[in-house]
Formats: sequence, structure tokens, C-alpha cells
Amino acid sequence: MADDAPLLELGPLQKSFGTSPVLRGVSLTVKKGEFMTLLGPSGCGKTTTLRIIAGFESPDSGRVKLNGEDVTDQAPYERDVHTVFQHYALFPHLDVANNIAFGMRMDKVPEDEIKKRIPEALSMVKLAGFETRRVSSLSGGQMQRVALARAIAGRPSVLLLDEPLGALDLKLRKEMQLELKNLQKKLGMAFVYVTHDQEEAMTMSDRIAVFNQGRIEQIGTPGEIYEMPKTSFVADFIGGANIFSARVLPGDPGRAHLLIEDEHEVDVPLDPGEVLPKPGKSVKVGIRPERVKVYYKDELPFGLLRFDATLKDSVFLGDACQIYLQMFKKAPDHRTIAWAGGDRYAVHDDLDVPVFAAVQPDDVYILEAEE
Amino acid sequence: MTKALSWLLAGRREAATHLLLAPAALWLLFMLVIPALGMVALSFATNGPYGVIQWTFTLENYQRAFHPKYLPVLLRTLGFAGSATAICLLLGYPLAYYLSFRAGKWRNALLVGLMIPFWSSCLVAFYSWMIVLGKEGMLNNVLIHFGFLSQPIGFLYSPFAILLGLVYFYLPFTVLPLYASLEKVPRSYIEAAYDLGASRWTAFFKVTLPLSMPGVIAGCLLTFIPCLGDFLTAEILGGPRYYLLGNLISNQFLMAQDWPFGAALTSLLLVGLVAGLWTYQRWEESL
Repeated sequence: MADDAPLLELGPLQKSFGTSPVLRGVSLTVKKGEFMTLLGPSGCGKTTTLRIIAGFESPDSGRVKLNGEDVTDQAPYERDVHTVFQHYALFPHLDVANNIAFGMRMDKVPEDEIKKRIPEALSMVKLAGFETRRVSSLSGGQMQRVALARAIAGRPSVLLLDEPLGALDLKLRKEMQLELKNLQKKLGMAFVYVTHDQEEAMTMSDRIAVFNQGRIEQIGTPGEIYEMPKTSFVADFIGGANIFSARVLPGDPGRAHLLIEDEHEVDVPLDPGEVLPKPGKSVKVGIRPERVKVYYKDELPFGLLRFDATLKDSVFLGDACQIYLQMFKKAPDHRTIAWAGGDRYAVHDDLDVPVFAAVQPDDVYILEAEE
Repeated sequence: MTKALSWLLAGRREAATHLLLAPAALWLLFMLVIPALGMVALSFATNGPYGVIQWTFTLENYQRAFHPKYLPVLLRTLGFAGSATAICLLLGYPLAYYLSFRAGKWRNALLVGLMIPFWSSCLVAFYSWMIVLGKEGMLNNVLIHFGFLSQPIGFLYSPFAILLGLVYFYLPFTVLPLYASLEKVPRSYIEAAYDLGASRWTAFFKVTLPLSMPGVIAGCLLTFIPCLGDFLTAEILGGPRYYLLGNLISNQFLMAQDWPFGAALTSLLLVGLVAGLWTYQRWEESL
């Protein structure tokens, strides 16, 4: 098998529980050694997708292929994948070593090989010497590591992780994120990681699949997802965005000439390969709050798109300052959010003063067409 | 101020706890502790002529209880109680497993169904069994009708009838603790076992069964202990040939009019059970 051939191939998966559809055509490929994150809010279908890969659920339609072999109808114990469960699911009647050995014994790995691999797996998760500890004596973080050791000890083709850090506190979670990423690189194992935490996804993933309502809205590297969101959901879920309606006006090829909220005319470059709807159609556009610059005087650098705005509110948050702007006279309740650096002086006490909001043309993302 | 308030609240809370516990504690005191102490006292008393109890201290009742002629009764009782418990476990585990894992929306209906034997007095139930098992009974008639038998068999007054009665009546005592412990096995543990390559059987024997052991033990104890003291089953379905410990004791009170001897036998049974339970608990804690 060539190195870039997909290790895991899904799709198009459909699944309903009762009458409510959970997956509506999810297709995905994971390459060898890739860290793929399924990201989305709760109820978006990411966990169901993971459970279908593991074999705990079967899709109503669509196939799962692992190493080129169709495993859709295989039981979980026949598949070369292991799962790290959200609440660890360590066997409480076995000690740490026997928990780790469980999968290898099932795979009929010889006992002396198992004896070698247990300390290996434990040292990988930085728990060397924990072999004889009882599961009930471990802390949450330690249980998480044992669950990880148990899952990697059998050396599966794909490791599935279901919000494994969800139960840990913030500091430990941050540490574990980097550790997990390093471990994954060291093992060269493909990880499919489910989370609702966009920061976690950005930190660890090679690619992210953003789920919404049973569909994948976009698949891409963290950079692509952040810099080139394709839908307003992705733009808003990853990093947050100001979303506007815009009408397409006739313009030059390779550029988009748009009328935002029926008020501001802008001309922005298109990404390579990006296709714009015909003039007269409406699209959603997004602008990241941190890319909106606020000027109190009319001294804008050249080349920025400029919007007349009114300062409506500003909130000092320590490392940043959040500014609420009114940019549209025809939609006076629409608030545009801008982030300024953590400068106390950015907090303006005078509200309702005229200011200028400015963005780089290529920071205006054209999202999905509007019906 | 707040300190005083919290102290007051804590005090009231403690008082409330005591108040809530009081009815149960009083019940246990008057219905269990005092009668049991009275019975122990009685076991050291002397049986006078015509069953009149004379409060002169004696160990004679205990000396009589250890007479070898009672050994067969003890062994027979242990044998019946043990076999009934084993059969209850073999029938009850699959049933409890089904209720917990497979029954789905039928679960509650089935749990109620399991309780049906308790809806009628066991006396009535056992007389019904007599009707079913008798020489002219339903079982013989059906077997003869379909040609499995040419002559009616005496199902009644046999070890079979006693075991049937015990299993019939005590099965729910085995199933309910088993069901409760199976309900407590997190399904994710079983999924984890599958995930790590265990087949259904392996996952059952390596994960589900070990994790349901507390229920197995509780169910066995709850079946074995009342079986040890049971006398109605043997009395009604077993007849005089299969005399159990329970019959021996009940006869001292109801027929032989030898209450002190009956009290001594009961005390010994009680001590044996408590010693057994205590040993089990020590063993469990040592794990």
C-alpha cells in the first residue's frame, strides 16, 4: 500500500436513531500517521461517526474501509482499531498491568512479549512503575494515561479518541494536548480524535473535519479552516466571526465586488479556485474580530477597506479588549465585534462616538451562498 | 453569627437524622433484638413436664443438639439449601442478564412478573404445587396423555418436589440482587472489552461476570440463608421422609412442646449464619 493511500475511508455514512437523522452523508479519509480531528458542537454526529468506525454502531448506509478492506459488517473485536473512551472505561477488577495486557492477550500476543510491552506503553504515557497499582487508586489524569497506554499497547492501525481530555481540568488538559500530539508523532499511528473544543483541535490536528448537524461542513488543516472558512458555521465555530449578508455585484475576474448589508461596497480578492455566485445573488461574508482594526481618527493606512462606524461598547478582558461597533445605518442593531490588543487605552469611555473600522481586503471571507 | 447558625443547622440536621432513623431502630429493637435475646435466654432454660418452662440454667439443650442423630438432618438441609441455591443461580443469572441487557421496554413488566410468586401466600402456592405434582395431578396427566409415561409417578414427597418448591419460591431472591449488580456494570466497560478484541463470550467471562460477582454472592446468600431455615416446603411438598432443620425446629415448638431445645437449635443456626457471613465479609475486605 502506498504511503499516501487512505488508511481509513468512510462514506457516505447515513444514520438515524429512530426518526431523527444523526448522520446525513459523512465522508472522510484518514491517511497513515495522520491526526484527524472530528470537531463540532454536541449532537453534530462526530461521536456517532467514531462509534461507527469502532463498530459499536452500524451505519444505515455507507461503508467503512480500513487498510483497503471493507469492515462495515465486522464486529468491534474484529477490527484493528482501539478506542480511548471518554470516561476511560478501565476495568476496575484488574490492575494497571492487566488492563494494558487485556487487548494483547485477546490478540494472542505471547506472554513474554506482553511483559516487555507493558512497561514500554507505561513509560510512553509517563507512568513507569505503575504496573501493580489498582485502577481505583489512580487520579483522573493517571486513568487517562492508562487508558491511552491500554489502547496503544496493541498497536492498532487507527486509534480512536472520544473526547479523552474532557474530564480533566484546564491546565492538565493543555499539558495532555501537547503530550498526545508528541506521542502520536512518535508512534506514527493514525489518530481520529473527537472533540468540541476548537482550541484543542487547532493545537493537535493535522486535519480537522468540522461537523454540523450530521454533515461535515469543511475538512482542512487548522490553517485552512481558520484562514479560509467555507461556511458561516465554520467561521463562527472556529475562532468566531462577524457574519454579514452581501449581494454580489458585477466585478473583475478573480475578485469579488460585494455590497455588504446593502450599505458598504467592497472589492476583495478571491482565493484560488474559489467560485463566486452570479451577480445579483446573495452570499454570507465573514470577518474575524481580531482582524477588524478600530481607528478613532481618520488616519487609516493605505489599502484597508474602511467602514464608518459608531463605538457602542467596549470591554477590557485583560489580554484583549473587545469592542462593539455599529457599522450599518440600515441595520442599527447589528453589532460588529473587533478585538484590540490588551491595551487599557483601547477602552474608550465615550460611547456613541464615530470611529473607523478597517480590514485587509483578503480578511473578508466569502462563505456560503444565501437562498 | 454565621458560625452559630451553621452549628445550629448542623445540630438540627443531626436531630432530624436521629428522628428519621428512630422508627426503624425501634422496630428492629422490639421485633428482632429483644425476641432474639429472649430466645437465647430460653435456650438455657429447662423444659419441665408438659412443656412448662422452668428458668433453671442448663446446657443440656445444647448437648442434645450436638447429638450425632441430628447430623443427617443438618447435612440434608445443607444439601437441599446448597442445591436450591445452585439451581437458582444457574436459572437466575441468564434471567437477570436478559432483564438487564436485552429486555428493553419489557423490563418492568418482566420484573413485576418475577414478583408474582409473592402475590399469594407460599402456603397457597405450595398446595397448588401439590395439585400439579400429585399422582392424579396435572403433570402426570399430561405426561401420560402424550405417552411419556404409562403409570403415574409420585413426583410429590420427593427431593425433586422440595427442590422445585425452594427454587420456585426463592428464585426472585437470587435474581433481584443479580439484576441490580448487572445494571451497575457500565456498558462502556463491555464496549472497551469488545474494542480490545474480546468476543462476546470472552467479554462476558473477563468483564461482565467478574464485575457482577457482588450480585452473585448477595443473591446466593439471600437464597441460601432462608432455604436453611425453610420448613414449609419440606412439610408440604417433601413429606415426613425429608425432614429438614427447619422442620426439626418447628416441631420442637409446635409438636414436641420442647421450646428450650427449639430455642437452642435456632440459636445455633443463627450463630452459624452470623459466623459464616462474618467470615465472608472479612474475606471480601481482604481482597
